[in-house]
Amino acid sequence: MAEVGVKTREEILIEEQGFNDHFHDHHHGDKYKSGFLNHYVFSMDHKVIARQFLITGIVWAVIGAAMSIVFRLQLGFPEESLAWLKPILGKWIVVDAEGVGKLAPEFYYALVTMHGTIIVFFVLTAGLSGTFSNLLIPLQIGARDMASPFLNMLSYWFFFLAGVVMFYSLFLSTGPFSGGWVAYPPLSALPQASSGSGTGMTLWLVSLTLFVVSVLLGGINYITTILNLRTKGMSMWRLPLPIWAFFVTAILGLLSFPVLASGFFMLIFDRSLGTSFYLSDIFIGGQALDRVGGSPILFQHLFWFLGHPEVYIIILPAMGIVSEVLSVHSRKPIFGYRAMVYSIMAIGFLSFIVWAHHMFMAGVNPFISNFFVVFTLIIAVPSAVKVFNWITTLYGGSIRLNSASLFAIGFVSMFISGGLTGIFLGNSAIDIQMHDTYFVVAHFHIVMGVAAFFGMFAGVYHWFPKMYQRYMNETLGKIHFWGTMILAYAIFWPMHYLGMAGVPRRYYSFDTFDAFKHFAEMNKFITIAAILSFVIQLLFIVNFFYSIWKGKKVTKKNPYDANTLEWTTPIEPLHGNWPGNIPAVNRWAYDYNKDEREFVPQYEPLKEGEVGDH
Amino acid sequence: MEATIFRREDGSRKLNPQLFALWVGMASMIMLFGAFTSAYIVKQGAGNWLQFPMPWVFFVSTAVIVVSSITLHMAYNAFKTQQWSRYKALVLTSTFLGIAFMVLQYEGWLDLYASGVDLRANVGGSFFYLITGAHAAHVLGGITVLAITCLLAFTLPLKYAESRRNKIEMVLHFWHFLGGLWIYLFVFLNVIR
Repeated sequence: MAEVGVKTREEILIEEQGFNDHFHDHHHGDKYKSGFLNHYVFSMDHKVIARQFLITGIVWAVIGAAMSIVFRLQLGFPEESLAWLKPILGKWIVVDAEGVGKLAPEFYYALVTMHGTIIVFFVLTAGLSGTFSNLLIPLQIGARDMASPFLNMLSYWFFFLAGVVMFYSLFLSTGPFSGGWVAYPPLSALPQASSGSGTGMTLWLVSLTLFVVSVLLGGINYITTILNLRTKGMSMWRLPLPIWAFFVTAILGLLSFPVLASGFFMLIFDRSLGTSFYLSDIFIGGQALDRVGGSPILFQHLFWFLGHPEVYIIILPAMGIVSEVLSVHSRKPIFGYRAMVYSIMAIGFLSFIVWAHHMFMAGVNPFISNFFVVFTLIIAVPSAVKVFNWITTLYGGSIRLNSASLFAIGFVSMFISGGLTGIFLGNSAIDIQMHDTYFVVAHFHIVMGVAAFFGMFAGVYHWFPKMYQRYMNETLGKIHFWGTMILAYAIFWPMHYLGMAGVPRRYYSFDTFDAFKHFAEMNKFITIAAILSFVIQLLFIVNFFYSIWKGKKVTKKNPYDANTLEWTTPIEPLHGNWPGNIPAVNRWAYDYNKDEREFVPQYEPLKEGEVGDH
Repeated sequence: MEATIFRREDGSRKLNPQLFALWVGMASMIMLFGAFTSAYIVKQGAGNWLQFPMPWVFFVSTAVIVVSSITLHMAYNAFKTQQWSRYKALVLTSTFLGIAFMVLQYEGWLDLYASGVDLRANVGGSFFYLITGAHAAHVLGGITVLAITCLLAFTLPLKYAESRRNKIEMVLHFWHFLGGLWIYLFVFLNVIR
């Protein structure tokens, strides 16, 4: 810490070498903080918007996870009475004459559907990429704010509105949509198909259309900011890896969400205007519909053209965060920086040409399936490159085992476990046995659910000091990590066995299936693990909110001795991030333990004869 | 919103970030229409498809939107060379041509409906209304910004400013995009039936 009046080397360097964009010249009062409403609600400051995304994401995560506990209770303890849930779930718990309460089957499906929709879109897309893209892009590339703070604010509020509509749909008397998060027609296209297909589905569509708008506005901003507002010297090859990840994520979102929107528009036409884009030869309630000529497979193509890039929209930001956290906390340069960037690009590109691997069993031509099998398996190559690089980054490092780095290491473990089962499922032949079983559930939960959450946790623990000027509690963080690590495997590992034995996903109960009866104990085990895991997450939430107000205060600008620019801003950065000049950049972000210095920040000029970058 | 608070020290910027953001946004619109037309091809290949000729009104509307693009480009040049009365006249003409395009599209739909192709009967017809309708929705946005440009041309004092040129350039690019998109859709809907 510098004493008052004495400038640190960092301040001198930024003053001498940084550039003056005259940001502070026209600053007649801080117009961004003129009142409570503008500061905390309709804020245009990227740091506030990031925290808005994060806290909204946390709220949705609690709702989505609580839903999973309810349907896990049904799966693990189908004989037990759920009458105690009646005060919360009301008529969806049907209590019989003996006082035994059962979860209404249609609500079970609604819970499964909402759990998927909420976690995929609201938590792991908005909560993860929205939070960290907003927080880190301007701070790490050296910009005062996003290219358009106004669009940025709109992006959050469209997301918020999407959330309000979805939340409202949970309380409909007919229940929220219940046809699965993929919303395949005809269940989603015919209001009479199920109780949730009426108003529930209408609100689902409205909510997700608003969400698409939010993603597009955010994505336009992220891409423009990264390409146009980098500070002096910050070439693309000097960008920290999270920024590369957010950049490719934003491109994926921008190119794939409009395709989902096109599918939604046709679905809305089918539902409201009587067209037959997705409908043909349907009997419902014993009556033949007069809607002919459409194809439900068409929707699946449009959905998965988003749906597959979507899983990379979820995992790439986590990968970027993990790369940064691992490098900082193992005090070593990230191994294979360029390979990391090229793998992100390769994964991004391949994600667009593998969507039909979600549809192998939906009646697509098996010869076309071959094409998708090959490209799906090729994704293993850049993924393996990344895993190799993370492990070699850790190898020989002086690793600080704190909550952030533990979660980053846990991410690598989860990504390996879940990625390997992806190779099984990517084969269209093996998929004949595995499709729609718990094997699929186990695969995607580990590789893009748990792994992405681990990336998010790593990011929250790591950047909490930048967001709230306080630290989170390390002991609670470590308990949170070990609990989550063990319990997540306890939940999803056994599911692989269920899946291999053919236990189908999405079933309400297995009572009537002799073949699956002996899995009752295993289902009990999974449910207990899920409940414990939920409790452990509450520990995180307590830690998070407690630390916002009562955590240990940050007293150093750069608490981790990290190289990136966000740690050159004041402990509590005001609007515009840097009080004076914007620092100029002279090197990449990963000069750790170079030339006998433990870390060399990006603003440090190259020494004479020093070879820069990587 | 002043997105340009981030001006470089030497004042140089390769590209106006707002214009770049517009391009990124247009890329997402291309994906939307790419998805519509791909779905069209897939569905058409699956059969049960109604063939019908495109009403002639759409040929007229195509000519109108092409002319409007040309007049708007001339307006932009007039702004750059500071020929103010020419600028005002051309912006006004472009706005009217834009509105005329929308009226003609509507006439086209009425003609198509009168010829027996309605929204519901066959997916071929549904797609036609969907795609041309989605384009029209985007054109409405284009007409809105054109109308605002027109209003400002007649109300604000006319003097050259770089920030104003940037804005007009954005309107111009978006309008060219809408015209180009329509030409693509027009050719597509005529060739693949």
